[in-house]
Amino acid sequence: MTKIIDKRELCEKVCQFKIEAPHLVRKARAGQFVILRLDENGERVPMSIGGLDKVNGILTIVIQEVGKTSGAMNRMKIGDCFADVVGPLGVPSHIEKFGNCVCIGGGVGIPPIYPIAQALKEAGNNVTTIIGARSKSLLIFEKELTEASHRLLISTDDGSYGTHGFVTTVLQKLLNDGEKIDMVICVGPVPMMKAVVETTRKPAIKTYVSLNPIMVDGTGMCGACRVTVGGKTKFACVDGPDFDGHEVDFEEMTKRMKMYIRQEKIAYEKFLHDGCHLKKQMDTISN
Amino acid sequence: MTMVEPNNEPLPKKERMKIPRQTMPEQDPKERIKNFREVPYGLPIDIAIKEAQRCLECKKPKCVAGCPVEVDIPAFLIKIAKGDFVGAARKIKETNAIPAICGRVCPQEEQCEKVCILANKGKSVAIGYLERFVADYEREHGKIEIPNLPPPTGKKVAVVGSGPAGLTVAADLAQMGHKVVIFEALHKAGGVLVYGIPEFRLPKAIVASEVDYLKLLGVDVKTSYVIGKLDTIDELMEMGFDAIFIGTGAGLPNFMRIEGENLNGVYSANEFLTRSNLMAAYNFPDKDTPIHVGDNVAVLGGGNTAMDSVRTAIRLGAKNAYIVYRRSRAEMPARLEEIHHAEQEGVKFNFLTTPIKYFGDENGWIKKMECVRMELGEPDASGRRRPVLIEGSNFVLDIDTVIVAIGNSSNPLIPRTTPGLATNKWGNIQVEEQTMMTSRPGIFAGGDIVTGGATVISAAGAGKVAARAIHRYIMGLPSIEDKVEGKIPKEEAKKL
Repeated sequence: MTKIIDKRELCEKVCQFKIEAPHLVRKARAGQFVILRLDENGERVPMSIGGLDKVNGILTIVIQEVGKTSGAMNRMKIGDCFADVVGPLGVPSHIEKFGNCVCIGGGVGIPPIYPIAQALKEAGNNVTTIIGARSKSLLIFEKELTEASHRLLISTDDGSYGTHGFVTTVLQKLLNDGEKIDMVICVGPVPMMKAVVETTRKPAIKTYVSLNPIMVDGTGMCGACRVTVGGKTKFACVDGPDFDGHEVDFEEMTKRMKMYIRQEKIAYEKFLHDGCHLKKQMDTISN
Repeated sequence: MTMVEPNNEPLPKKERMKIPRQTMPEQDPKERIKNFREVPYGLPIDIAIKEAQRCLECKKPKCVAGCPVEVDIPAFLIKIAKGDFVGAARKIKETNAIPAICGRVCPQEEQCEKVCILANKGKSVAIGYLERFVADYEREHGKIEIPNLPPPTGKKVAVVGSGPAGLTVAADLAQMGHKVVIFEALHKAGGVLVYGIPEFRLPKAIVASEVDYLKLLGVDVKTSYVIGKLDTIDELMEMGFDAIFIGTGAGLPNFMRIEGENLNGVYSANEFLTRSNLMAAYNFPDKDTPIHVGDNVAVLGGGNTAMDSVRTAIRLGAKNAYIVYRRSRAEMPARLEEIHHAEQEGVKFNFLTTPIKYFGDENGWIKKMECVRMELGEPDASGRRRPVLIEGSNFVLDIDTVIVAIGNSSNPLIPRTTPGLATNKWGNIQVEEQTMMTSRPGIFAGGDIVTGGATVISAAGAGKVAARAIHRYIMGLPSIEDKVEGKIPKEEAKKL
């Protein structure tokens, strides 16, 4: 059992959890992930690491409600427990002194950029971070990333904050301004990662993307997380999650991530319906 | 009339020889394809006694030599014949801590029952059925007890992986008085017994009960603990373990590397079975994990895993479930019983066939599978005739789910993080056969991580050999059966 010691709603449908996992936190490094289970009936859900408090042994994860499991997780309270957490899994992000690094995060891909930016900064890099969201109210981790980066740049789709446009709008501007960029690392929704690698392809800037395909065991045993990288099948759980973005077949990945879209809908609707039903029952009892 | 009542006066041999081999009642195929309940029901008491009475109590019982975990088979059969079922269970448990599992999934027809003296004269004693019978009897009657354990030795052993090899090592070492801690990567203990073998062949409650028995023996089981990630093998050594056993199984699923293999609907057997078994996806949405089964399911391979996959697919609603195997029926590695059950359940077999390409729709879902026919050529390294492609024999099948069950490679997690651990060209850990000790003193390995994909019982057998060698190693005992230990004195080994 893994106890929630702090929980905060960062924006609509997005919650930040701090959970007790001292051994895991001690061993985990930036870019790795964990697998979390809601309860005894729960599926095994890979989650990016959104922060590692090595002193107190606290793991930060950020969950966006997109279906039944994430919905149920985001309804958990401080003091509640997840059934289990396992990790650290995957290969840590490649950290060395590259020079000028650009860390890019979008949506719930922003939190995992935070420990990566920290590690790159510690390794002596000059770190620029670009984060983007649809709107200002949906932007998260601004404070953390301000501290973890030398420079934080922001974009919003609706122009309510920072540059009007996408993270690639900001990235392209840096390139247009002739900034020397030695390495880019990007975590976010697939379309965003695809757009970033297209932006850096021509100037041939080394670009890592952190992939989050469907997984079950997370240790290489099942092969659910197959991705095609450079024409070869890789397992994101043990070969990744970071890959050379210019080599990733994003089209295939997009399709593979929709494998259970039908079942996810059934489960989510049942969850929302059962939730309403339960609430009605509770209301009846309290009345 | 043959006697069915327990009797302390053994039947004369002549009478015993007259008893025909008893059959085990099982669920009707038409019914069982709609559920995940266990197929064979187990033997009723009177039938079990009758069957046990068939044992001729050979002076030199070949069955014992045929058992990888050295169960004293005649001794437990005699106890059954006398009606002492709990005594029979304990007799088995002296050498095999997981009889309810072995009684169900061992290929007895290839082991103890194959060499039974009666096998030549008709039909061997149904040793597997009887092993299952007594283990179930003991459990169902709440008779499971802790055996007398020797005083603690103060030695600690780490066991990595809780599959059949790990469970056996742990049980044997615990019964020698050592402290054992099992580290399991998944959230539930049992390894392949919980993620791989389906409920209808091995109910998960039975695995849980056998794991609980280990806990009664004082074994600690730590789940969700990935060795090679959370701690390395060397870190375990630093934590004060006197020896380590690696039984992590055959970890990485093989694919055929043909076009279209990453289409949606193409599974590894590991994933398909893990979803259905460990995650109980057959109960979706009551359980959260989903699984996809289309109308036309092709399972590639001819082993037990292929049979488990295809029979699971049928239960999950496949209209047509095919086995696609590149050799012929005679070369299938699956147990006869599994093939028979699959046939009863309506599985269609495509022998001498192999896929070469998958075709998908615009959303990336598999729709068709192009195959070619094969013919058998000269025997290969496995002794089986090598399948050779017949040019121009291509044909296309409508298939919307594929389950690839063509074996596993070794998982590199531990070899990669353990300096000095020798592996062969397939990545399997190399061991000294008589002791199962690896190139690193004090580190032992056994099961599929050493042999590549094999059976539950061969893994348990390896665990048994390793347990004995580990005991000698940590107690600093002179070695009789193994050479490696003597070569490296313990003090020296500790420095490494």
